[in-house]
Formats: sequence, structure tokens, C-alpha cells
Amino acid sequence: MKEILSGNEAIARGAYEAGVLVATAYPGTPSTEILENITLYKEIDASWSPNEKVSLEVAMGASFAGARTLVAMKHVGVNVAADPLFTLSYTGIKGGLVLVSADDPEMHSSQNEQDNRNYARFAKVPMLEPSDSRECKEFTRLALELSEQYDTPVMLRTTTRISHSKSIVELDERVTGLPSPALVQNAAKQVMLPSNARVRHPLVEERMRKLAAAADSMAVNRMELRDTKVGVITAGVCYQYVREVMPNVSTLKLGLVNPLPSGLIRQFAAKVDRLLVVEELDPVIEEQVRAMGISVSGKEFIPLCGELTPGRLREALKGTIEGIAAPAARPEKSAGPALPGRPPNMCPGCPHRGVFYTLNRLKAYVTGDIGCYTLGFLPPLSAMETCVCMGASIGNATGAVKVVSDEEKKRVVAVIGDSTFFHSGVTGLMDMVYNNAHSTVVILDNRITAMTGRQDNPGSGFTLMNEPAHQIDLALLCRALGVKHVRTINPFDLEETRRVLSEEMERPETSVVITDKPCVLVKREGVFKRGPLYTVDAEMCTGCRACLGLGCPAIQWRPAEGKKGVSYINPMLCTGCDVCRQLCKFDAIGRAK
Amino acid sequence: MSETVTNILLVGVGGQGILLASEILSETFMLAGFDVKKSEIHGMSQRGGSVVSHVRYGREVFSPLVPEGEGDILFGFELMETCRSLPLLKPGAAVIANDLRIPPPSVLMGREAYPEGLAETIAAEFPDFLLVDGLKLASEAGNPRAANTVLLGAVSRRLDVAEEYWLQALEKMVPKKALDVNRKAFLLGRSL
Repeated sequence: MKEILSGNEAIARGAYEAGVLVATAYPGTPSTEILENITLYKEIDASWSPNEKVSLEVAMGASFAGARTLVAMKHVGVNVAADPLFTLSYTGIKGGLVLVSADDPEMHSSQNEQDNRNYARFAKVPMLEPSDSRECKEFTRLALELSEQYDTPVMLRTTTRISHSKSIVELDERVTGLPSPALVQNAAKQVMLPSNARVRHPLVEERMRKLAAAADSMAVNRMELRDTKVGVITAGVCYQYVREVMPNVSTLKLGLVNPLPSGLIRQFAAKVDRLLVVEELDPVIEEQVRAMGISVSGKEFIPLCGELTPGRLREALKGTIEGIAAPAARPEKSAGPALPGRPPNMCPGCPHRGVFYTLNRLKAYVTGDIGCYTLGFLPPLSAMETCVCMGASIGNATGAVKVVSDEEKKRVVAVIGDSTFFHSGVTGLMDMVYNNAHSTVVILDNRITAMTGRQDNPGSGFTLMNEPAHQIDLALLCRALGVKHVRTINPFDLEETRRVLSEEMERPETSVVITDKPCVLVKREGVFKRGPLYTVDAEMCTGCRACLGLGCPAIQWRPAEGKKGVSYINPMLCTGCDVCRQLCKFDAIGRAK
Repeated sequence: MSETVTNILLVGVGGQGILLASEILSETFMLAGFDVKKSEIHGMSQRGGSVVSHVRYGREVFSPLVPEGEGDILFGFELMETCRSLPLLKPGAAVIANDLRIPPPSVLMGREAYPEGLAETIAAEFPDFLLVDGLKLASEAGNPRAANTVLLGAVSRRLDVAEEYWLQALEKMVPKKALDVNRKAFLLGRSL
């Protein structure tokens, strides 16, 4: 049977077909849908972990017991999981283990665009890179087979354009007859004391040598000879762009990108007049080919930054490859009026909006974190000074208050979401208390991992497989860490929010303020409730624009009405959160009749 | 079957149902026996930002992205976003757009005005331009929420795929209780 699947859906299908029993992940764009789709297959135990390190450790445990496992994360998640990964490379596996790293060239939804092919070389593990959904499925299966054949974790690297593109995939059945998992005692291989690890390291080097030798004859590394004036070595989505833009050049398409098939590369180089590597981000393949003593070009033409597109590839290669012209420029006449931008925005009724509005008015120096609330950086809320990685807000605040004046200390506020706090904020808060850093931490507890599309977490009360679960009591957790001042507020009550935040900012001790209203996108019954809607009385609206300071998508300025213009609330978008009503000094905003 | 690849761009604002429309298009092309690829960005852009979905079909499709300047059809869910994507089109491309204006944040806040004369700008460069009152026609079909399907019908007229595949894809992708209205909306759009 054929289906149109995204790369992520195809990886989930591949895991199912390969007999995977355990799958773990922390949500992160562009990887999130892998685990969500794995829940379609009841044979697999799928779970969200609090972070990627835990995901990999859980997968390792299952693998050591003999189960085939998949663990998925976005590129920066591999940084978090790097600690277990580098030693897992030494222990090897029992049941096949595939680690999916979904990279994000162009940073469509990320804070950096690190090239995780470097991790495969660094950790000395093989890496496969699919170029469409069919290969996503096939390579997931192959990764698990290679993993068991060579006793190694295998990385499967996608990029956003592979994860989130759809193409046609032929479905197969799930394999049967795999050995049943059971506890295996193999301490010398799995207890990485120095004496054992010293034995394992040479085996890692030996494994990579064997893989490199086998790579020359692997079907996923494919030489396609066409016109031999130019030969291009490429992999992943770049292969598709090369075929699109230069249909007649010869290609060496790599499926295994670590280790490289050096024999095959030499063969290919000998058959073409000129050798080029087309790869996004770092010159990972190019530098290795050059180190083999082969004359090759690549990054002198192809950009180091951002993703490629057919047009960018054409632009990069015009003038150096025969027959390639820059994309046609658009005729002048079509310029048209300048178009206002359309940045993303917090949803109408988002419980974060009033908090950032208040922090802005209190002139707080906000150390921010990763989530929807990073949008608090954008105008008109404009209340964020730092945002680096998961959990960094709290450490950043601790560092700032170590060095600034007592007066400035009061302004420092860390803002972090519930899921990000579980991911890697807890240790930051532990440090803040332990080392007597006097700052305020706001935990925006909306009971969901919202940015990536509403995933459950240890505070939401449900697992990925929709089973009821213990709900962590955030206030209790913070108290257990030693925070004496933990206060929970209703973020839709601006007066309360302002009073509590300013009191805690003044206090020369560590304090935590928790907001407890759910995300408007939570679909689970009874969690988010749309309140009675609000409306603007155009007669009473003075056009003062105070309500526009919220940047709520439901509130629209109508310049042509009233004396100076009036505000209007779109009833299709209003959720009845009541925040704008509290800002109106003229009582022009009230419940719709 | 033609050797060439047809390039379709669907553009609008996050939350407008662009992904479902591009799924229906892709499903139709697969049912009709073509190779299909589609691509779009999820995540940050969903929070009310601009959305562009690329759908390509033909005998064999390589890039999941429509090469810049090679779009054959632009399916616009919102007027300003339609205009924003014109540079992706090739000369003579067809533009089918919903006559809908969704103000972006700067316009909502009164810092900028929603630009005037967008339809005229499009028509000046792309004579094959159809501006559809999706809301009105969808209401005629029985539900204003089926506006996207009216537009889809209008797009379908410009593609060389038999009606039966479109209807099969609708049946597969649209919830049962909404199917009748959507079928009506589709055929209404197809007759434009």
C-alpha cells in the first residue's frame, strides 16, 4: 500500500516495521511528530521524557535488555543527550538503537543551526541521512540492522525539509521473530569504569574501520553516472536540489554520511573531470574528501549559513557550472506596495500576555527561555533580554545578580515555562537557592508543552500514550528545593500579577511566582474554558490605545471611527480572558451582551 | 503523462487550514498516479505567522520546494500573503486568491495600514488572476467554513486531473459530516 507521508511519519513507520518496542523523545521542532506518530502503533511503548538525556538513557536501558529502540530529538537536543551518547558509543548496544537528530538549517524554529553530522564523527557512531520520506522509512530500518550488526548506536539525521516534507512511501509489514527482551548480564561491556572503557575504545575504532570498508559496497551509497564533466557528491535533501538544478551532472549520493565510503569516492572522483560537494552548513564531506588528497570544491561556492533551496543553489553555482543561470529577476513593474510583516504572536487569551505586559511596566530585566513565551521579546510586550537554550533563564539570572548593584538586582526576573523547567530548569533553581542568589523566577505553568504543538509533560497529568499520570506539584517541588517564597497567581488578574511580582522583585531572597492558567490550545476537556466574550463600546472608547499595548490578535485599531479612532474586539478571536478590560480606564470594554 | 512538474504554492496565515488543503491536493495527485512532494514549515510560524506550503507533482519530482520563480499556480488564502509570494511565480502563472484581508499585528495596533490596491497589483502582473469571494460562495454551498474548498475547486479547474480523483481525495480527507457541504463548495468553485 502507498501513502503520502512526511519524513517524520515515515520514520515512525520504519520503527514500527523494524520491530521497535520502545521509543522516547522530548518534543522539539522539527522532530516532534515522530513520537506522536509512533503512538499509532500499539506494539511500541512510546513516551515523552523530561529531556533528551533522559530519553537516550531510557532507550539505552531498553536496548541493553535486547529491545529495538528509537530515540528522537531536535539538533540542540543532542547537546543535552551528548553525555550518554559518547559513552554509549563505547558500550555498544544489545537491541538495535537509532537516535534521530532532526537538524534545522535556516533556524525555522531554533536558536542555532549546528550541523549534527559533526556529532557522528565526534562520538564515532555511524550516521545515515535520508533524502525523502521513502528513505526515511528504509533508513530507519537499516539503522536498526546496522546497529545490531556493528554493535553501535546509529544516528539518523534529517533536516527540516526532510522531516516536514511529504512524499510517497510504500508500506511493509512489521518484522516478526525478534528475540524477546530480558535482563542481560554483561558488566564488562556496560560498566564504563576506566579499566573497562579502555578495553572498549579500541573496539570502537575497529568498528568504524569495518564500517568504512563496508560503506563502499552499501546500496545506500549510490554512484549515478550521467555527463562526467562535473561530478557532485551530496546527501539528504541537497541531493534533490542537485537533481532539480543540474539534472545532467553525475552524482555520488551518500546514504551513509559517517563513515564515508573512501573507495567509492576515489572511484567517482576518477570518473569525473571536476568534483564538487553540495552540502548545507559545514563542509563535513568536503574536508574529508580533501583530506583524502582529492581535488574538490564546495564551500567556496555553497553558503555556510542557512539552508539551500533550488534558487540558492543556482545562485551559488552560476558562472562556475556550465548551463546554470541565476534565477530570473522579477520585473520592476511588479514591486507593488510595501507589505507589513507578519511575525508570529501569542494566541488571543494566552495566559503569558499579561505577565509580560506587567514585567515590561515594572522595567524588569527578563532572562528568558525556550517556548511560546519567547514571543514576549516582540513588541509591544518587548520584555525579554536573553534567550539561549532550554533552562538558561535561571542560571542567567543567577549570574546577573552576582555582579550588579543591589538596586539593579531587583529588576532581574527569570521567566521559564513548565515544560522547560522540568527539562532543565530544576537544577538551575537548585543552584540559585544553594548559592544564595536573590532573584525572582516566574514559572509560566500552562500545563502543556505548547510551542511544539501541545505535548503532555510531567505536569499535565497524562502520558504520550494518553494514560493518566502523576501531575508534579510545581510549588511543592520548588519548596523542596529550598525556595521559601513560592506564590501562585492568576495571570489574567493584572492587579494581582503586578502586586505579587513587584513584592517578590523587591525581596532580597530567592522567590518563585507560578502562573496557573492553561494554554488556550489544550484540547483536553475541562482544561481551557472560553469565557464570556468582550466588546468595545465605541461611544465610550476615547481612542487612548491602552488596550493595544497587549498586542492581542483579537483587538484591532479602527482609525476611521470615533474622534481619534477606536478599538474593536473581534468576537471570532476573543476568548474572554478579561485582561484588556482591566486596562481600560474609561470602562469602554465590557462583556458582550 | 506529461514530463514536466507542476508547481503549486498555497499561502496564507497560520490557522487558516492551508495544511489540510495542501494534503487534499497531494492526495488527489497520488490517486491520479503522479509522483508528489509537498513541503512546509511547522512550529514557530503557526502562531499566526505567514505560511507557505509547496506542492509539486509530475512523473518524477525531486526538490520538495518549488524552485524560486517557477511557481505555476498560486493559491492564496489571504490577499497580502498572496502578494508576498508573487516573486515565487513564473511569468504567466495563475493566481487564485480568496478576497480576504487578515490584519497583521502592526495593522491591528494601528502602526501601519493594511496596504491598498493589492488585487490591482496582482492583476497587473498576472492576467490569469481570479479573486474569489470564498466566504459568500461557501455560505451559498451551506457553510461559510468551507471557503477553502471553494478556492480548491477554482484551483482544480486549472489542473489536468480528472474530477473523480478530487472527489475521492475530498472523501478521504474531509470529516464525514462535513463532506456534503464540501463537495458542493468544491463543485461551485470548480464552475468559476
